[in-house]
Amino acid sequence: MLARDPGFRPATSIRATNDFMIRFDNVSKRYPGGFEALNNISLELEDGAMAFVTGHSGAGKSTLLKLIALIERTTRGQVHVNGQNVTSISRRRIPFIRRRIGFIFQDHNLLFDRTVFDNVALPLVIAGYRHQETGRRVRAALDKLGLLSKERMYPITLSGGEQQRVGIARAVVNKPLLLLADEPTGNLDPALSLEIMELFEQFNEVGVTVLIASHDTGLLDQLGYPVITLDHGRLAGAGQQSA
Amino acid sequence: MKRTRHNRHQSTHHWSATLRRMLSPRTWLARHAQVALDSLGRLYRNPLATLMTAAVIGIALAMPACLYLLLNNMDRLSGAWDGQAGVSVFLKDTLPVAAAGKLASRVRGWPEVAEVTLVTPEQALEEFRQRSGFADVLDTLDENPLPAVLLVLPAPEQSDPQSAANLQNKLQALPETEQAQLDLQWVQRLTAMLALAQRGVLLISALLALAVLLVVGNTIRLEIQGRREEIVVTRLIGATDGFIRRPFLYSGTWYGVIGALLAWLLVETGFWLLASPVRQLADLYQSSFQLQTLPVLLLFGLLAGGILLGLLGSWIAVGRHLGTIEPG
Repeated sequence: MLARDPGFRPATSIRATNDFMIRFDNVSKRYPGGFEALNNISLELEDGAMAFVTGHSGAGKSTLLKLIALIERTTRGQVHVNGQNVTSISRRRIPFIRRRIGFIFQDHNLLFDRTVFDNVALPLVIAGYRHQETGRRVRAALDKLGLLSKERMYPITLSGGEQQRVGIARAVVNKPLLLLADEPTGNLDPALSLEIMELFEQFNEVGVTVLIASHDTGLLDQLGYPVITLDHGRLAGAGQQSA
Repeated sequence: MKRTRHNRHQSTHHWSATLRRMLSPRTWLARHAQVALDSLGRLYRNPLATLMTAAVIGIALAMPACLYLLLNNMDRLSGAWDGQAGVSVFLKDTLPVAAAGKLASRVRGWPEVAEVTLVTPEQALEEFRQRSGFADVLDTLDENPLPAVLLVLPAPEQSDPQSAANLQNKLQALPETEQAQLDLQWVQRLTAMLALAQRGVLLISALLALAVLLVVGNTIRLEIQGRREEIVVTRLIGATDGFIRRPFLYSGTWYGVIGALLAWLLVETGFWLLASPVRQLADLYQSSFQLQTLPVLLLFGLLAGGILLGLLGSWIAVGRHLGTIEPG
């Protein structure tokens, strides 16, 4: 009985065969209806790196992140995540890839009918952690994000910045290898935005690869990390931004 | 990158630990218990909606259960006469009692006859007086209107309907016989009618089972729609189909359980209300007949039916609707 439940299989064979956390080879994504969101993208992101994806609205930033998290599938080309070719991985195995990725959304995607604690605990519940272990890890994540006093509260009672930090806590609680953030500071003022970015830097410092989509070029200039620029689905440039 | 090696080592270690954790049956049981309780809690927080759905299931389960039990009782009633495939031979009332006795011993000698009982007019009158409640009326009669009767039981190997009919003809042909009547006929007719009714109950049960499936299916469909956002979010953070499916399957099962308990309550209440009039009726017929409800067996059957239908209904809804909810 145990063996038949896919929940009890290990997360396939995520094992690095090279030093890249993310590799795109000539990747194109065409949505039903013909809109080409990404056109022949090739890029690599080193294991342990931190980088930004930028570009105008509709340039393909979100699509790029969604292809990595397998929320969308490629039309052409190959996608490797952590050394594994995930281009045509079966639907059944997707959950186990996603468990190694922390995804942070602009609109937080929190569940408003449960407490902060329960929201952050969700990835651990899904992965089947024991009760005590879950509590320990959730409190550690909440502590790290300064939310420990809010664990019994419901997300609706929190400010936008706090909600985003709950979203981040949920993304990091399962100790992912890769953090993806889609416009994480889109609704926040500059001071809060910088605070959130500093959090990402802290996670990067302990070895987590971080890729952030943002159109806030002012913020990117401040931070000075590698930037991937997209323009109408094409790669417009990639390079080190000067601080 | 300087942290890469360390990172990978940690990852491998993490996976063996994860595997061990997940393969523990205690964890597996605990997870299921928690989801089951969660689903129950969700139903408890919407008591009115839950009760309405469960009531529909309860009524749908109670109806075939009631019909089945009624039939079962009638079967028991008719079964009391089964096997007594006798022939009642009403003798001409001009026949003296002594001649009736001789006839009885003659018939007793036939190979196809197992037993013959002679009921004299006096015995018949006495029995009638005791059984019918017409004692006062009978006392006003000047003479006994009842004939002598031979109760002829065929030998066991001759008790099939055809042999019984042959025996009836043979007895009818006797010069002393006024009328030979096959007692089995009405029992056979009743049995045939009961068989027909049983088929009808089966048909109604199938239709009501379908109704339960649709009710549960629709309820779960609405629940899935209501929790659409939650499904998308849990998918995004790595939930398997099994994980997402589980709470809905438990909800369906709980609906079945609550519905079955309600159905049991309905049936027991209904039979309790019927018990007293049935006893009065039985008393009028000098019968010790009592309605039976088989409480434990009934509860078990209803629970099994409810759980099966609830699980199946939610399974169908989940299969149809969960697959369409994907993040994107």
